[in-house]
Amino acid sequence: MHIYANPKRFLSLAKWLMPLLFWSGLVLSLGTLAWGLFVVPPDRLMGETVRILFIHVPAAWLGMGGWTGIALSSAALLIWKHPLAGIAARAIAMPGMVFCAICLATGSIWGRPTWGTWWEWDGRLTSMLVLLFLYGGYIALSNAAAREGGSVKIAAIFGLVGAINVPIINRSVVWWNSLHQPPSITAGNSSIEGVYFYPLLVGAFGFSLLFGGLVLMRMRALIAEQQVEARLRRRALDDEAPTVTPAMGAA
Amino acid sequence: MAMKAKHQRMTLVILALVAIVAAGLIAAWALRSQANYFYLPEQMSAEPPAVGQPVRLGGMVQPGSIATQADGITVDFIVTGNEDSSVPVTYSGILPDLFVEGSGVVAEGSLQSDGTFLATNLLAKHDENYVPRELEGLEGHDGNDDYAETVAGLE
Repeated sequence: MHIYANPKRFLSLAKWLMPLLFWSGLVLSLGTLAWGLFVVPPDRLMGETVRILFIHVPAAWLGMGGWTGIALSSAALLIWKHPLAGIAARAIAMPGMVFCAICLATGSIWGRPTWGTWWEWDGRLTSMLVLLFLYGGYIALSNAAAREGGSVKIAAIFGLVGAINVPIINRSVVWWNSLHQPPSITAGNSSIEGVYFYPLLVGAFGFSLLFGGLVLMRMRALIAEQQVEARLRRRALDDEAPTVTPAMGAA
Repeated sequence: MAMKAKHQRMTLVILALVAIVAAGLIAAWALRSQANYFYLPEQMSAEPPAVGQPVRLGGMVQPGSIATQADGITVDFIVTGNEDSSVPVTYSGILPDLFVEGSGVVAEGSLQSDGTFLATNLLAKHDENYVPRELEGLEGHDGNDDYAETVAGLE
């Protein structure tokens, strides 16, 4: 990992990897959504609404996976001071929050016809909403640190502390009586029939590639932003240097 | 020297993580009963809520127990839990699509003095099985067989 401490080396990798991930991910995930909308048969109880599965579940996984990525990057930033780790964490936050919001919105739309309610304060729904707020807090903190030149450590610590919510979301339907059903897919076992399960796996893979592509895109933009700022600062210093008068220097 | 500082930070981060996870688990443990979205019938019979107090009752609709009263909109049915416990429920109103015998239900309402549960709102609970209509009832694909294992999300 340390060879990518050099942003130039990372950027040359990201340059070809980013479009590869983005376009293959877009094709796979849109393909799965179309397959889910037009090909899979209706569920025995839910009927047509089962089609929401193919966006709701990948979005939920990536919302939680995104925060796991933020926590790992934050640990790498705090321990090894890896220069790309902070950028990676900031880059993950926005797509992570978007996927988390997609999960909540599609879940709400799904809940109305199946459960009979748009929203209930059960363990799973509440902990997922908390994740959305954590993303918001993380983005505000890390942006403030980047803009005001504050310490990136605060956001990193927040990223680590917030990670406790990820296993809570995962276990919420097991620990507590909840309206949301218990996990369908557990280690080596799935209670989702193959006609839904295999497209779901392809969709999850596709959405993950798309997520990776978006993260690399954001990382390139953030690095470029930093370089522009550094260059502007240098130029400002160069411009000012000869005009510094003794009076100004004393002030 | 640089190695040493790095290891120090690693130890600190690991210690902090352990403390955070422990705190989270303790908090979740403390919430165990409070964060339940509903009571199971056995929980309701073990610690009955006050008559008229708004609570939620969750469980399985006992097969064969749904009976519509003469007025056409009031239904009586029995909610069962994991053990041999059950609560009779009365509800007047529109039933959710997924409300069928043998599937999960959450009833909002209150316990009456005669031991029945008067529901003001019904929510259907979906289980974790996704089965297309074509496969229903074939070679063990009938979700109802699996309902018993997954009663109301408890093991």
